[in-house]
Amino acid sequence: MKQSLRTPISLAVISLIGLWLLVASTGATTMIKTATDTDIFALPDIAINTTVSSAIAFALMVLVAAASFYFARKLNKKTPLWLILIYGFGLIYGILVWLFAGATMPISALLSGALALAVPLVFGSLAGVLSERVGIVNIAIDSQLLAGAFISALAATLSHNLYVGLIGAIIGGAIVSWVLATFAIKYVVDQIIVGVVLNVLIVGITNFFYSTLFADNVSLFNQPPRFDRILIPLLGQIPVIGPVLFNQTLIVYLMYLAVAGVWVALFKTRWGLRVRAVGEYPKAADTVGIKVFRTRYISVMIGGALAGLGGAFFTLGQVGAFGKEMTNGAGYIALAALIFGRWNPIYAAFAGLLFGFAQNLQYGLAIIGSPVPSEFLLMLPYALTAIAVAGLVGKVTGPAAAGKPYIKS
Amino acid sequence: MKLELRGITKRFGAMTANDNVNLVAEPGQIHCLLGENGAGKSTLMNVLYGLYQADGGEILLDDKIVKFAGPGDAMAAGIGMVHQHFMLIPVFTVAENVILGHEPTKFGGLLDLDAARKQVREISDRFGFEVDPDAIVGDLPVGVQQRVEIIKALMGDAQVLVFDEPTAVLTPQETDELMAIMKQLREAGKAIIFITHKLREVKEVADKITVIRLGKIVGEASPKSTANELASMMVGRAVDLDVEKGAPKLGSPTFKISGLSAWNHAGTQVLDDINLEIREGEILVIAGVQGNGQTELTEAIIGMHGRTAGSIELDGQQLIGKNVKQVLDLGVGFVPEDRTEDGLVAEFTIAENLMLDRSDRKPFAKGLSLQLAYLKKFAQEKLQQFDIRAQGIESKASQLSGGNQQKVVLARELSRELRLLVASQPTRGLDVGSIEFVHEQIVATRDSGIPVLIVATELDEATQLGDRIAVMYKGKVVGVVPATTSRSVLGQMMAGISA
Repeated sequence: MKQSLRTPISLAVISLIGLWLLVASTGATTMIKTATDTDIFALPDIAINTTVSSAIAFALMVLVAAASFYFARKLNKKTPLWLILIYGFGLIYGILVWLFAGATMPISALLSGALALAVPLVFGSLAGVLSERVGIVNIAIDSQLLAGAFISALAATLSHNLYVGLIGAIIGGAIVSWVLATFAIKYVVDQIIVGVVLNVLIVGITNFFYSTLFADNVSLFNQPPRFDRILIPLLGQIPVIGPVLFNQTLIVYLMYLAVAGVWVALFKTRWGLRVRAVGEYPKAADTVGIKVFRTRYISVMIGGALAGLGGAFFTLGQVGAFGKEMTNGAGYIALAALIFGRWNPIYAAFAGLLFGFAQNLQYGLAIIGSPVPSEFLLMLPYALTAIAVAGLVGKVTGPAAAGKPYIKS
Repeated sequence: MKLELRGITKRFGAMTANDNVNLVAEPGQIHCLLGENGAGKSTLMNVLYGLYQADGGEILLDDKIVKFAGPGDAMAAGIGMVHQHFMLIPVFTVAENVILGHEPTKFGGLLDLDAARKQVREISDRFGFEVDPDAIVGDLPVGVQQRVEIIKALMGDAQVLVFDEPTAVLTPQETDELMAIMKQLREAGKAIIFITHKLREVKEVADKITVIRLGKIVGEASPKSTANELASMMVGRAVDLDVEKGAPKLGSPTFKISGLSAWNHAGTQVLDDINLEIREGEILVIAGVQGNGQTELTEAIIGMHGRTAGSIELDGQQLIGKNVKQVLDLGVGFVPEDRTEDGLVAEFTIAENLMLDRSDRKPFAKGLSLQLAYLKKFAQEKLQQFDIRAQGIESKASQLSGGNQQKVVLARELSRELRLLVASQPTRGLDVGSIEFVHEQIVATRDSGIPVLIVATELDEATQLGDRIAVMYKGKVVGVVPATTSRSVLGQMMAGISA
């Protein structure tokens, strides 16, 4: 069978962006500032002509698109992922340098801001991965994040202990996901509907307590301590990425562990094989003695617990207080990251980072007064997801049984 | 290991699916459990496998009573099951599928896939299965998938093997290979229970035959019995399996398909340059293993398939480009392969189902109102004429047995002025009595001078019902041959080798 030309053609079409960058570049210079105070050795700042960078980006994109055609027609193979990554790198590099034309691009600041925005997205997408892989569609990620944020603030304030706050967040997220699982599994309610209802419900509950309880008694209920940053020696001193990745709060380090842990658990352990079997074909799992319902409850609730941690990052990692609807729709973006990441925890984490980066870019651009409307950049992650779902990165199919209740005869 | 089922009773509400069933399977024997669809064979095996809990009776292994709370217990006790619908996960590898439920692990609970591959290779080599442990199951042909299912059943050193209707999806060649595998397993000392309703297979491999009817064991039969004797036991009355039909009185070829191709929504070609012709008063059977384009062909004819090219002509009228309603109005009768899904509205009454296609016109409708009095008379008449067993015309379609549902579909389709009848697997899942009735109706339609196109997946039905047989493979017509063509030649054609 012949390979579809969908990927090469999409790549070729998107390359037009590169062409446009080249045509529209003024030849101004962009300074890239890489050094921070803690680096072992300081890299010099780099000055790049935007015309040159646009040309490089466009050339990379055209080359990859051509290679993709070559793979599809001559080798009859799918375009390998690393080629698409090179393409993506070229595209982002070209756009970034072009956007900051005539100004200084603070790379470390951009990246660390992106990571901060990405943490809840990554935890949320892990919750989605664990839930959908076992066959339960999780639209309720946002409610799990919000519950985690709310309970962690309350628990940490009451106990004056950050760790009690974290445990509270885990339990809060898990309880919300337990409600989702119970309605989906035991009462066979449509999973999308339960998810939407939960999202609205948790907003309502937290708003209620915020107004009646928190607003007038801030010091009593809503003044949790905050996690301090922990600088990891050596790793934290690597230029550019060191301070971004390894001078962070405990919750961020937990996130690294969670991404790796979920990946190993899903793809390398007995438990993960069973989870995926239940999400693909529950009856087949049942006929070899796997307890379908129990597997579903456990996986969904572990996911909810992780989302709770992501919620705690809002309160205990960043703001230092709970605010009304403070997730700001992060759960829905996490859902997009999950699909963009093809139900794989590692890909989903990178998708979360990318989305966080795009969000943060608009703040960076606002500061330098870029002419590009910030809403346009805010739109990018969703446009990317739409393209991904339409099949640019190969066929995207989720677990076969996701959303379908299993009814034992 | 010897298996004994003693006095097994299983009820679903008011219905008794198994009534005091006794069955003994000895090691080194193939024991056939023969019965019609709905006789209670699968229920019995689900009780044995721990999927259902019996309301009475006991299971004994080597004369010791055992209790199975779930399939895990049954597997641990040495019972393996080859399911009718494969219990395989298409996106997993063979090794992953085979170890599911009893996975070998290394330190820290990590999966030991090397051990899994080794186990698969061992069993595969011992029985000559030639299965690659790293292949993705969804990419394998159906016959190989079934061998994966057998390997899975054999894991954990199963001594009792249950094959539940294993040949339904196989080509004749694959069926022969399966029979050989079953004999091999018998030589290896396994006790084998073979559930089927296909008499030819029973006669080929059975050491012992037990016949089940309406949930009760009606007796044992000798493998030397004739097919008609076995069928009579199965049905409970004298049965003649041969289709009664005289020589065709052929008219002119009023139905022609030429250069027909079709693509599915993913852009894959599903029909490739089909050329067929059916004369008035002739039955053309489309034979082939399920999923080789038969469904798409019937859909293309009645205007349900989206992307088609080529020509389909009936009485000189082009059908391609017409919608379903226009095609039906040209006199095409259509019996779809899935009657509950496509043939009927399950929650509608018999009467409502009988007028589904003509509910917008005389004599069923006048202006905006339905002519309920006429409908009632019409439905009563059809109930009589087609021997539909129901409490009345107000019974819901979902309350009918498969045979009676199919009669409702036939009654509706045959009560129009037909110029062509298209029926897809018209006897699938029906009891013998209903099969006889459906065959009679189809032959009568042909004898009234109408071209008939039947899709059949069972060769016996194809050769008995058809005047000519067209074999399909991977969206192409491999060849069109007389119905007298031998089984082995037809089998070859079903595997894509033209005669």
